[in-house]
Amino acid sequence: MGNWDWMVFCKDTTDGTLVASCYGTGHEYTYLNWMIGAWGWTIAVSLSALAVALLAGSIIGILRTLPDSPWLVRFGNAWVELFRNVPLLVQIFLWYFVVPALVPPMKSFPSFALVVIALGLFTSARIAEQLRSGIQALPRGQRYAGMAVGFTTPQYYRYVLLPMAYRIILPPLTSESMNIFKNSSVAFAVSVPELTQFYLQAGEETARNMEVYIGVVVLYVISAMVINRLMAYVEKHSRVPGFVVAGGTGGH
Amino acid sequence: MNLDLSFYNWDIIRNFVLKGFYFSVFLTVVATLGGIFFGTLLALMRLSGKKWLDFPAAIYVNGMRSVPLVMVILGFFLLVPFAIGRPIGAETSAVITFVAFEAAYFSEIMRAGIQSIARGQVFAGMAVGMTYGQNMKLVILPQAFRNMLPVLLTQTIILFQDTSLVYAIGAYDLLKGFETAGKNFGRPYESYLLAAVVYFVICYSLSYVVKQLHKKIAIIR
Repeated sequence: MGNWDWMVFCKDTTDGTLVASCYGTGHEYTYLNWMIGAWGWTIAVSLSALAVALLAGSIIGILRTLPDSPWLVRFGNAWVELFRNVPLLVQIFLWYFVVPALVPPMKSFPSFALVVIALGLFTSARIAEQLRSGIQALPRGQRYAGMAVGFTTPQYYRYVLLPMAYRIILPPLTSESMNIFKNSSVAFAVSVPELTQFYLQAGEETARNMEVYIGVVVLYVISAMVINRLMAYVEKHSRVPGFVVAGGTGGH
Repeated sequence: MNLDLSFYNWDIIRNFVLKGFYFSVFLTVVATLGGIFFGTLLALMRLSGKKWLDFPAAIYVNGMRSVPLVMVILGFFLLVPFAIGRPIGAETSAVITFVAFEAAYFSEIMRAGIQSIARGQVFAGMAVGMTYGQNMKLVILPQAFRNMLPVLLTQTIILFQDTSLVYAIGAYDLLKGFETAGKNFGRPYESYLLAAVVYFVICYSLSYVVKQLHKKIAIIR
């Protein structure tokens, strides 16, 4: 495997000529341009899905811990089981092919939006599970203390339980955020032009699978590392002095 | 749109779906057993205290864990033929990939399992004159396996779901079986829905079993 050709990234995608600056400008569009663009799609899919997952996951996670609301708890449990027990790829196919066929207005949705919904809801089940265990890891007295000072249910969640629960689940939330970047690769199946899709197309076009593969893998690893550092920063700066909690749940 | 599942009969299931189902199950079983075997070896390397064993194992495990599974599947399928000089089939490639990939995840589970055993157990084994191998085989690993059984099984359920990703290299698994049936009979929507239901039923039942097992083990401990 001695004959590497890293200049492949500097080639123009239409005529295959080498572009001196490697990153083409104007009418020049190299494989490097394409790869960076694909990375942008990966980041866009991942971050949008993370936003959906955090929102939906938080709501469902909270529902599952509400006192005296057995039906909301059951709904939350059903949500988690539903989205956790069907493979991501199958869920993406359902959102991409089946849901728009059943709900005609969704036919005009771009595949980007459908993938974001699929990946977001898939991940929401995991975040809901983490938040539930985070809330339940808090001493029961905290809830009662909130009630005792006259807070309403939304108030004691907002001011007492959730600030601590989110801090507890930051480590599993970190690995879930890194997972979302990895899982976004499944979007290749419904032709979102992200990194995996780029690898498949550019690898074939250039017949330089190795180089393109390594380039894509490096970008995935960089993404995961950046997320990891960002979350470590958040964790460090949101730490409550003297409060140490071990635990939370693992991710995949 | 009307959904019509009536076209699914036993013949179609036998001709299209079962073949894929068998492969998914086969892949899951082989990847679990192979992954636990190599994962345990990797875990032992990482806990050996010898840098020349720990370092390559750590690189391997962390490397595998930071790359998306789809990319690993595609990588093995498209790059391994380069390395060995001849093409390999999608199914063979999938089996090799899953064993290699899952070994990294199982090694982390086994590492936690081995570390969960009290130090005194190791010393007790040494004190009665056991070699390192005997100590591992007879004292540490059996307990590590038992402690980690629910986690190992949960990973197996995730693994079963992940087998659907062999779609990327066109291997014929459960999802592909449903998809092929759906395309041949012009009923793709129903097929995807049915695939989701089948995956759900299998994974939900398995995770229910794991939950019960977890309770049982928790009581013994």
